[in-house]
Amino acid sequence: MFGLELSFIWAGIIAFAVLVYVILDGFDLGVGILFPLAGTEQDRDVMMNSVAPIWDGNETWLVLGGGGLFAVFPLAYAVVMPALYVPIILMLLALIFRGVAFEYRWRTKRWKRLWDFAFFGGSLVAGFSQGMALGGLVQGIEVVDRAYAGGWWDWLSPFSLLTGLAVATGYALLGATWLVMKLEGGIHDRMRRVAQPLGLATLVFLGLVSLFTPLQDDVYFQRWFSGGSLIYSIAVPVLVLLCAAGLWKGLRGGGDHLPFFSALGLFVLGFIGIGISFYPMIVPPSLTIVEAAAPDSSLGFALVGTVILIPIILAYTAYAYWVFRGKIDPSEGYH
Amino acid sequence: MTAEVLARLQFAFTVSFHIIFPAFSIGLASYLAVLNGAWLWTRDGRYLSLFNFWKKIFAVAFGMGVVSGIVMSYQFGTNWSVFSDKAGPVIGPLMAYEVLTAFFLEAGFLGIMLFGRTRVGDGLHMLATFMVAFGTLVSATWILSVNSWMHTPAGFSIAENGQFVPEDWWQIVFNPSFPYRLVHMVLAAYLTTALVVGGASAFQLLKSPGHPVSKKGLSMAMWMLVIVAPLQIFAGDQHGLNTLEHQPAKIAAMEGHFESHEGGVPLVLFAIPDQENQELDYALEIPRLGSLILTHSWDGQIPALSEVPREDQPPVWIVFWSFRVMVALGFAMLGLALWGLWARWRGWLYSDPWLLRACVALGPAGFVAVLAGWITTEVGRQPWAVYGLLRTSESHSPLDLPALTTSLIGFVVVYFFVFGAGTFYLLRMMRKAPDTPRLGLRDGPIRTAGIMPGPAQTPENRSD
Ligand code: HDD
Ligand code: HEM
Ligand code: HEM
Repeated sequence: MFGLELSFIWAGIIAFAVLVYVILDGFDLGVGILFPLAGTEQDRDVMMNSVAPIWDGNETWLVLGGGGLFAVFPLAYAVVMPALYVPIILMLLALIFRGVAFEYRWRTKRWKRLWDFAFFGGSLVAGFSQGMALGGLVQGIEVVDRAYAGGWWDWLSPFSLLTGLAVATGYALLGATWLVMKLEGGIHDRMRRVAQPLGLATLVFLGLVSLFTPLQDDVYFQRWFSGGSLIYSIAVPVLVLLCAAGLWKGLRGGGDHLPFFSALGLFVLGFIGIGISFYPMIVPPSLTIVEAAAPDSSLGFALVGTVILIPIILAYTAYAYWVFRGKIDPSEGYH
Repeated sequence: MTAEVLARLQFAFTVSFHIIFPAFSIGLASYLAVLNGAWLWTRDGRYLSLFNFWKKIFAVAFGMGVVSGIVMSYQFGTNWSVFSDKAGPVIGPLMAYEVLTAFFLEAGFLGIMLFGRTRVGDGLHMLATFMVAFGTLVSATWILSVNSWMHTPAGFSIAENGQFVPEDWWQIVFNPSFPYRLVHMVLAAYLTTALVVGGASAFQLLKSPGHPVSKKGLSMAMWMLVIVAPLQIFAGDQHGLNTLEHQPAKIAAMEGHFESHEGGVPLVLFAIPDQENQELDYALEIPRLGSLILTHSWDGQIPALSEVPREDQPPVWIVFWSFRVMVALGFAMLGLALWGLWARWRGWLYSDPWLLRACVALGPAGFVAVLAGWITTEVGRQPWAVYGLLRTSESHSPLDLPALTTSLIGFVVVYFFVFGAGTFYLLRMMRKAPDTPRLGLRDGPIRTAGIMPGPAQTPENRSD
C-alpha cells in the first residue's frame, strides 16, 4: 500500500518538474524562436540578455525530468527513450546549438550571424521536437517484455506533427509575452503586436489537440466523457477561456505582466488536460505508474531529499529572478 | 557493425567530449572563487583583472559543459535502455541528487556570478561565486559515486525481474572505489586548470614580457602545480592498489601482465601487447619494480590475465597504452612543477623563454591525461557494464542500426563543428592580455603588445 502511494507521489513530482520545465524553458526557447523578428542588432542583444542569466536554470528542470524518470521510473525511461529516439536526439542537438549561442555570439564578428541563426534554429527545432515527442507518447508506445517493441519511426504521425507545431507556437507566445514584460521601446511594441496572432494560433492548436487526443485511444475518450471526470471536462475549457480573455485584455493595452501570466495559465491548463488523459498510465497504453516504479527503497531514498531540496531550489531560483527583475537595461551585460 | 558497437561508440564519443569541459570548469570555478576572494581581501587590482578575464572564459567552457552534459543524461535511456531498467533503481537516485544538489545550484548562481556584481553587491556576489564552485564539486561527487558503483558494485540485491534493488545506500554511495576515484578526478581537474592558466599566462608573457597580471596568473598556476602534481601521483598509486583488490583483470591489462612471473613482476615501460597469443612483444622492462609498486615487496605476485577466461578479459592494447600516456604526462607535469620551483628560486620564472614555452606546450596536457585516464578505467572495466554482474553486450537498447548510425554521424558532425568553434574562441580569448575589455566581439581598440596597465586605470571603475 505504501509503495503505491510513493509511486503516485513521485508521478506528481515528475509531472511538476516537467511542467516547470515547459513554462520556464518555454519562454526562453520562445525568445529564440522570435529572434529573427528583432529589427536591429541592439534588439537582438536585449532579447538575449533578457534570458541570459536564467536560461541555464530553466533547462536544468529538463535534466530533472529526465534524471528523475531514470531514478524512480527506470522502466518508463528505458522504454520511452528508444521509442522517441529521433525526436529526443533532435532535441538534444538543437539544444546544443542554442545553448552555446548565448556565449559564442559575443565572441566573434564574422560568425555572429551564424550563431544568431543557431539560436533561432536550435530553439525552434527543440520546441518542435518536444512537441512531437509529446505527441508520440500520447499516441501510445508498444511494450513487450520490459522493452520497446516498435520501430524507430512509429512516433511520426499527423498527430505528432500537430503537437509539434502546437508546442512551438505556444513557446513563441510565451516568449513574446515575456518580452512584452521585460523590454521597452520599439521592440516591446513589436512583440505586443506579434503576440496577438500567436495567441490566436495557440488557442486554435490547443483546441485541435484536445479534439484529436480522445481519438488516439478509447481510454482517453472514456476518461474525459464519463463519470467523475466530467467536471474537469467542463472546468478546464472554462478556465482556458478565462486565460484567453486575460491574454486578450493584456495585449490590447492592459498591463505588461498580464499577457505573460495568462499565457502561462494556458500552458498549465493544457498540461493538466494531458495529465487527466494519462492517469494512471505513465507510458500509455501499457505501463501504469505502479508497474514502472522502482523498488520502494529507491523511491523512499530519493523522496526524502527531494522534498527538502525542491523548496530550497524554488527559493533561490525565485531570488535569481528577483535580482534580475524589471525592464532590461540595454547597456547592462558582462560581455 | 552491430547496434552494440555503435551504441558504445556513440556513448564513448559524447562522454569523452563532455568530460573535457568539467575537467576544466571544476578547477576554474574554484580558481575564480579564490581570485574573487583575494580581490575582496587585498583590493589588489591584478586579482580583479584575472577574475574578469577568466570569468568570460569560464562562461564559454561552462556553456559547452552544460549542453554536452544534457546529452549525457539522456544517453543512458537512448543507448543503454536495458542497463537503465536494471541499474536505474540504484544509480538513478544518485543522479537525481546530482541534479537537485549540484546542477540547480550551479545554474541558479551562475547568472548572479556573471551578471550580478553591481546588482547584489560584493558580499552576495562572492557567495554566488562560491556556490558555483561548490556546485561543480558536489556534481563530481555524485557522478563519480555512480560511476564507481558500476566498477565496484555494493549494497544491493538482485530482484526476480533482473533489477538491482538498493539495500544499503551508505554502501552504494561509498562503494569501495569511490573515494579513490573522487580524489583522483578532482585533483585531475585542478591540475588541468593549473596547466591551462599557466599555459595561457606564459603565452601572454612571451608576447608582452613583464605584464603584471599575466605574471600573477603564472605564479599562482605554478604554485598550484607544485602542490597538486605530487599529490596526484600519490593518489593514482593508491587508486591502483584499490583497483588491484577489486578489478585485478584491469590491473593485469594495464601492466600487460599476461603470465605470472617467477620471482617478482617486472615494470613494463614499452611493449606491444598481443592479446591473440596472450603475450607481450618487444617488451622493455625493469625487473621486479612492478611487484614493488603494486605489492610493496620485491617478489609479490599479482593475478595474471592467464587466470581470466578470454571472454572476460578487457582489450589489453588500449588499456595498456592509455595508462602509459596518463602516467607519462603525470611525471611530465611533476617535472614542469619542479622546473618552475627552481626558476622561481633563481628569479627567472617570468622570463626564461624555454620554461614559458614548456608551460605553453603542457597547457593542454591535463585534458589528454584525463581522457587517457578515463579510457583506462572504462575500457578496463570491459566486458562488463556493472562489474562482474551485467555485461555490456546485454545492456544496450533495442535500436535499429540505421537509427544509431544516423545519430552517431549527427553527433560527430555537430560536436566537431560546435565544440571546435568554441575551442577556437577559447584559445583566442586566452591569447589576449588579461585586461582586454571585451575579449572578442567589439574589443576595445587593439593595444599593442607590451603596454602596461597604467595606474590611472582603476579596476574598480571597469564594468565588464
Ligand atoms: C567529475 C566530474 C564529472 C563527470 C565524470 C561527469 N560530469 Fe557532467 N558535469 C560536471 C561534472 C562531471 C560539472 C562540473 O558539474 C558540469 C560541467 C560543466 C557544467 O555545467 O557542470 C557538468 C555538466 C553536466 C550536465 C549539465 C548540468 C547543467 O545543466 O548545469 C549534465 C546533465 C551532466 N553533466 C551529466 C553527466 C553524465 C550523465 C555523466 C556520465 C557519463 C557526466 N555528466 C560525467
Ligand atoms: C602519474 C601517476 C598516475 C598514476 C599512477 C595514476 C593511476 C591511475 C589508475 C590506476 C587509474 C585507473 C583506476 C581504475 O579504473 O581502477 C587512473 C584513472 C584516471 N586517471 Fe590517473 N594516474 C596518474 C596520473 C594522472 C594524471 C596526471 C591525470 C590527469 C591530469 C589522471 C587522470 C585520471 C582520470 C581522469 C582517471 C579516470 C577516473 C578514475 O578512475 O579515477 N591521472 N589513474
Ligand atoms: C566522463 C568521463 C568518462 C569517459 C571519458 C568515459 C569513457 C568511456 C568509454 C571510452 C567507454 C566505452 C568503453 C567500451 O565500450 O569499450 C565508456 C563506456 C561507458 N561508460 Fe564511461 N566514461 C566516462 C564517465 C562515465 C561515467 C561518469 C559513467 C556513469 C555515470 C559512465 C558510464 C559508462 C557506461 C554506462 C558505458 C557503456 C557501458 C560500458 O561500455 O560499460 N562513464 N565510457
